[in-house]
Amino acid sequence: MNYNNWQISLKDSDRYDLNNIENYIKTSGFEALKKALSMNPDAIVESIKKSGLRGRGGAGFPTGMKQSFTKRSCDNCNQIYVVCNADEGEPGTFKDRYIMEKNPYIVIEGMTIAAYAVGATKGFIYIRGEYEKSIQSMQHAIMVCYQHNLLGQNILQGSFSFDLEIYIGAGSYLCGEELTLIESLEGKRGYPRIKPPFPAEKGLWNKPTLINNVETFSHIPFIITNGSEVYASIGTSESKGTKLFCVSGNVKQPGVYELPLGITLRELIYEVCGGMEANYEFKGALIGGAAGTFVDVTFLDVPLAYETLKEKGATLGSGAVMVLDNTTNLKGLLSNILEFFKHESCGKCVPCRIGTTILYEHSKNISNVDINWMLQQAEYMAKNSLCPLGQSPILPIKSFSKYFNN
Amino acid sequence: MQNNKNDENNFEILNQFRPERTEILKALHSLQNANPQHYISSDAMKAVAKYFNITLGQVYGIVTYYSMFSTKPRGKYIIRLCKSPVCYMKGSFNLKNYLEEHLQLTASTENISADGLFTIETTECLGHCEQAPAMMVNNTIYSNLTREKIDEILHALKTNNYEL
Ligand SMILES: Cc1cc2nc3c(=O)[nH]c(=O)nc-3n(C[C@H](O)[C@H](O)[C@H](O)COP(=O)(O)O)c2cc1C
Ligand code: SF4
Ligand code: FES
Repeated sequence: MNYNNWQISLKDSDRYDLNNIENYIKTSGFEALKKALSMNPDAIVESIKKSGLRGRGGAGFPTGMKQSFTKRSCDNCNQIYVVCNADEGEPGTFKDRYIMEKNPYIVIEGMTIAAYAVGATKGFIYIRGEYEKSIQSMQHAIMVCYQHNLLGQNILQGSFSFDLEIYIGAGSYLCGEELTLIESLEGKRGYPRIKPPFPAEKGLWNKPTLINNVETFSHIPFIITNGSEVYASIGTSESKGTKLFCVSGNVKQPGVYELPLGITLRELIYEVCGGMEANYEFKGALIGGAAGTFVDVTFLDVPLAYETLKEKGATLGSGAVMVLDNTTNLKGLLSNILEFFKHESCGKCVPCRIGTTILYEHSKNISNVDINWMLQQAEYMAKNSLCPLGQSPILPIKSFSKYFNN
Repeated sequence: MQNNKNDENNFEILNQFRPERTEILKALHSLQNANPQHYISSDAMKAVAKYFNITLGQVYGIVTYYSMFSTKPRGKYIIRLCKSPVCYMKGSFNLKNYLEEHLQLTASTENISADGLFTIETTECLGHCEQAPAMMVNNTIYSNLTREKIDEILHALKTNNYEL
């Protein structure tokens, strides 16, 4: 397989200068927007549905379906919002930063098409406060788009208008959770709302809100330009398109790589990343971040796709692949992840506030870890916590106990 | 007198924002960045409450929720060292000890170095894991850190007083 030929999110990003939109336009940027604005909005939603695109923020929910739910919730309403989730807080994940720094226009183009498809006139990009460069780059790109009539009133002299604004976070992992992000956007503490209702029904200021990850939006222009069949021909049966994989750890060339879903861990590590660093031996990986799952060497030939990983009790999540080796202190790492959850728990509900604390405190004593006891606690949390954060520690703990508890 | 002056400055900053609640985090970032000690003072919080027409308690609740904000004075340079999994695997806790010893920071110094230049904090994943270990100094990322590299960065900050 040629590993370099797959660019959707990062399309031509190395070939144009961010300060010069003409170059982006020359590499067929905004062609998709032009085409979309001449289409029936419902046809766009259909096309996204048919493409098989699934959300790249972690949960993998079908994007076209989310668009049609959002539309359906607004039978008689006067406002729909589109929100781009650029909070990227999942440990081990750094792909949205790449897109925003290297290809900001594609995010704007994708969001504008999505806004047109669902009938939204106002959008926000919620960027985590630590991503100074991404903030600068997106802010600049938005300004340039306004100057070129690609945002604002009567885009490209047509009847569609769309305003886009950046919102800056201030250091909270939980604010990446969609309803918490919306609370934060409204200028409040980041406390989760109870689901349902989902954002598609009642989101920002209780209006129907389409919220997608940066990478998800960045796939929309390709689908519009090339058609859903072409997109659906990339990937596996249930995981279509490319994915940005964030590889970290002791491999020769860690980094962000855009590849078709379904590539194996072996190909990713040994061919794309050049293999392990000298003197390091592959032991496994933590896939999907802290709210992800541990895998061991038996996973080397499992395709990295939603369905194949799920079959084996693992998850793809955000696309983080933290490579573990013979020098990794595995129990220390598990404890580090539990410290993360303790730090990021908002404390609103008891099972998670107490649960994350006792799990971390217990795991610190590395020589005396009772993994079965931890499993029980994490299961209790998963059943009784209010939001997905409290339901997450079970993922790394369970997979750890399966592969590394010896 | 001093207070009036501060108030004026605070409102000058706040006036750049629409008085809508959704602008509040941006406004708090600006107030904190404008303060030489990188924190949000009680005067600033009062100004925010007035400007956005919410209670002081609500402002305090917001400021204390988000980890990038501080209600206590900090050094001119805030060093935020990543302690999340990848940086942890690459030994970031050793670097934290090194930094603290080097800058002689303890609880009794309120986590500000004697020259008023540095405060050390830890943070969760900074999204630069392919270059772990990583840290942020004010708004700039430094990555692939080693002790030697940290020495260089601190030296440059101390001697040139970089504007970050
Ligand atoms: C604790 C928590 C943190 C999350 N952080 C992020 C994040 O940083 N970025 C993101 O895109 N999605 C994040 N998500 C997922 C979002 O809730 C949501 O599913 C996503 O924005 C939907 O976009 P998508 O359908 O395009 O994936 C997080 C979820 C949880 C529970
Ligand atoms: S599960 Fe945790 S993060 Fe979620 S509401 Fe409860 S305490 Fe807060
Ligand atoms: S784990 Fe430190 S930058 Fe991601």
